[in-house]
Amino acid sequence: MKSLPRILMVLAVLALLTLFVFPMWKIVLYAPQYPDGVEMHIWINKIGGETKSTIQNINILNHYVGMKKIEPDAIKELKYFPYIIMVMAALGLLAAVVNRKGFYLTWVILMAALAIAGFYDFYLWEYDYGHTLDPHAPMQFEDASFQPPLIGRKEIINFTAVSLPHISGYFAGLSMVLATSAWWFKRKIGR
Amino acid sequence: MKNHFSIKKLLFAGLIIAGISALSTGCGGGGQNGSESGVLGGDVASRVYVKPGTYDEFYAFISGGFSGQISVYGLPSGRLFKVIPVFSVDAEKGYGFNEETKPMLNTSYGFIPWDDSHHPELSQTDGQTDGRWVFINGNNTPRVARIDLTTFETVEIIEIPNSGGNHSSPFTTENTEYVVAGTRFGVPYPQKDVPIDSYAENFKGALTFISVNPEDGDMDIAFQILLPAFDYDLAHSGKGASHGWTFFSSYNTEQKNTLLEVAASQNDKDFIAAINWKKAEEYIKAGNFKEFPARYANNEYSDETHTATSTMKDKVKVLIPSECPGLVYFLPTPKSPHGVDVDPTGEYIVGNGKLSADLTVHSFSKMLKAIENEAYETVIDGIPVLKYEDVVAGVVKKPGLGPLHTEFDGKGNAYTSFFISSEVVKWKLGTWEVLDRGKCFYSIGHLCIPGGDSKKPDGKYLIAMNKITKDRYLPTGPELTQSAQLFDISGDKMELLLDFPTIGEPHYAQAIPASRIVDKVKKIYPIEENKHPYAAKGEKETKVTRNGKEVHVYMTMIRSHFAPDNIEGIKVGDKVYFHVTNLEQDWDTPHGFAMNGARNAEILIMPGQTETLVWEPQREGVFPFYCTDFCSALHQEMQGYVRVSAANANTPLKWKLGEEEVQ
Repeated sequence: MKSLPRILMVLAVLALLTLFVFPMWKIVLYAPQYPDGVEMHIWINKIGGETKSTIQNINILNHYVGMKKIEPDAIKELKYFPYIIMVMAALGLLAAVVNRKGFYLTWVILMAALAIAGFYDFYLWEYDYGHTLDPHAPMQFEDASFQPPLIGRKEIINFTAVSLPHISGYFAGLSMVLATSAWWFKRKIGR
Repeated sequence: MKNHFSIKKLLFAGLIIAGISALSTGCGGGGQNGSESGVLGGDVASRVYVKPGTYDEFYAFISGGFSGQISVYGLPSGRLFKVIPVFSVDAEKGYGFNEETKPMLNTSYGFIPWDDSHHPELSQTDGQTDGRWVFINGNNTPRVARIDLTTFETVEIIEIPNSGGNHSSPFTTENTEYVVAGTRFGVPYPQKDVPIDSYAENFKGALTFISVNPEDGDMDIAFQILLPAFDYDLAHSGKGASHGWTFFSSYNTEQKNTLLEVAASQNDKDFIAAINWKKAEEYIKAGNFKEFPARYANNEYSDETHTATSTMKDKVKVLIPSECPGLVYFLPTPKSPHGVDVDPTGEYIVGNGKLSADLTVHSFSKMLKAIENEAYETVIDGIPVLKYEDVVAGVVKKPGLGPLHTEFDGKGNAYTSFFISSEVVKWKLGTWEVLDRGKCFYSIGHLCIPGGDSKKPDGKYLIAMNKITKDRYLPTGPELTQSAQLFDISGDKMELLLDFPTIGEPHYAQAIPASRIVDKVKKIYPIEENKHPYAAKGEKETKVTRNGKEVHVYMTMIRSHFAPDNIEGIKVGDKVYFHVTNLEQDWDTPHGFAMNGARNAEILIMPGQTETLVWEPQREGVFPFYCTDFCSALHQEMQGYVRVSAANANTPLKWKLGEEEVQ
């Protein structure tokens, strides 16, 4: 019982590290010609998809309306996000060593702030992607927005786009729940 | 994927339809087929109805006969999915026209654009169809082809040397150790210039065993067995207890070479040749064979280079029965047997004596006993002829006229096609009693039950393949379609469900539960595995090179443009090779390439593939090319130009895509 907060915090760190093992987010595009959907995966350090060629396939579809190519190498967030997560994991372990409720709480707040920042960044990225259109694109739609939903479902011309957390996204959420409970139990147990 | 449909719902819908049609009919229409459908016609329809968007339960591979191809159908719907080019060129797909596939049709006679494809045979593992490959024989210029069932493309063709008419082929052994070939026409062995009348003296009949590599399917001629010059008609290998043996039917044991319709129908009994191929392997291993000169091509297609290569081979190992005791026995069988079919247990060998009033069934165990007792009727060229009474297991008495071919349902029943009386007859193994008859429209040749020649039949349906259709379909001039008829054989009585037209002449078919293939089907060729020497694996790799009069265009295609799409500096008299790579990596995104004035064909290129079309421009001008396969919303824009200048012009070689000149 006494070591429960520490165990919870270590589990929180492990859950956070799944970000390096599984994709954290997915955007699936459905259309009559794509009954199984075209599924794009966003990782902490890369963008991929259900198949090796998903990004190429999405880029081909998007070029008709003049959307920018998704070029993972050009997305700087994918470069520095992994370091932030590693720092957070290290801080998490440090919190487990120090084992003070204040440290746990600080970690949770920091993590929540990062998540909010991450979502905001994701929104900006989606906005840019959905609104920066090539004026010479073969197909022009007046007032059309190609911005995918932040979370949930949205109709984009002939496609239905569904944006949802993927495996490690859920684990990251779990990580925060675990860290919060570490703080909770530490507070209950007292010193 | 949704590939099931609610049978209950369909039956219910079917009953309603049947009810309505029962109320509303009584008036005429479709006079010919009333007898076999009856008032519950709607109900029958529901059993072959595969709801739009759902999959069929079986794949059927139906031979194209004189079309030289194989067509792929779904059962029970009878829907046609694909015609796979095998032995005949196919301008639609560029098969035999593009540089990559021309070597597939190479033979010891050179390039041959056609053959007569007869018997599809699925590969088997432990006596069950495994969905890896389907083999088919070329009858005219003796060959066997192998089709890969991940791509549904012909990947290998091997020529059969010193053979004349490869009809008894390519039936497999229980683990696809071998597929066989047997000559339907006796020929001088090896070929030489002799009087035709010297048939009995100079002619031979070679049976060929083609080994199949269990890993990659690679075919090779393991050995031939030199038999008397009978006409070897069909074959099947043993299974279970009889695994290790292959049986070939024969006619013209009279060994005549003119007016065969009379001369080859005189003997009361012809033979089924029983070959102990395990024994043959021992003789080969012991070096007890002769090496004969031969010339035959072995052509293989690579999914990595997307190119076929043709290798000419020059000798073959031959076993002479008189020097190899225990290798071959003859089983006397009335009368000019066509099919020789082994039941799922491997015990019964059905000889479909096509001119006989009865159907003869031999017993494998009795055959072994007769061999052990050395009770021979006579010996021909060192081959013991067993006594008919010693080997016969039973006779189906007067089942019909003109029995051709038998398959099995795995429940102890056999189904035999009768050409002359146009029917399928169901009979019981062991008791030899006739259980049921199903009419065919008209003149059935072979029949097919999924897995019906294997150890583990998948039952349920039977396809009758008919030669004559007369009044069955809307007429199309003197030439009418041939047909397949689908029966439900799950009950005691056969029920005719469906009639559907076929491509060419459906000599035979094999069918397999779709589940054994569907998940293994390739969707694309990964571009990173493309090893074609002229592939451009990205638009940056596109270029045009000239070497004398030979011009190579390294071109790519992706929705919805070619790169490059403007080419100048081509001259009259050049030989232009368009090496076109499809950069797509998504399922169902082929592009076509067609060049104005090209005297060959289009090419149809699958995602990740490279194909080459040769064009020899004859006139000055600017000539368009375009994509032939409606690929996208901007398919009509997928086009380009080649400028052709006079032979002595100085137009520089240049090319571009968009405003950026690539050069």
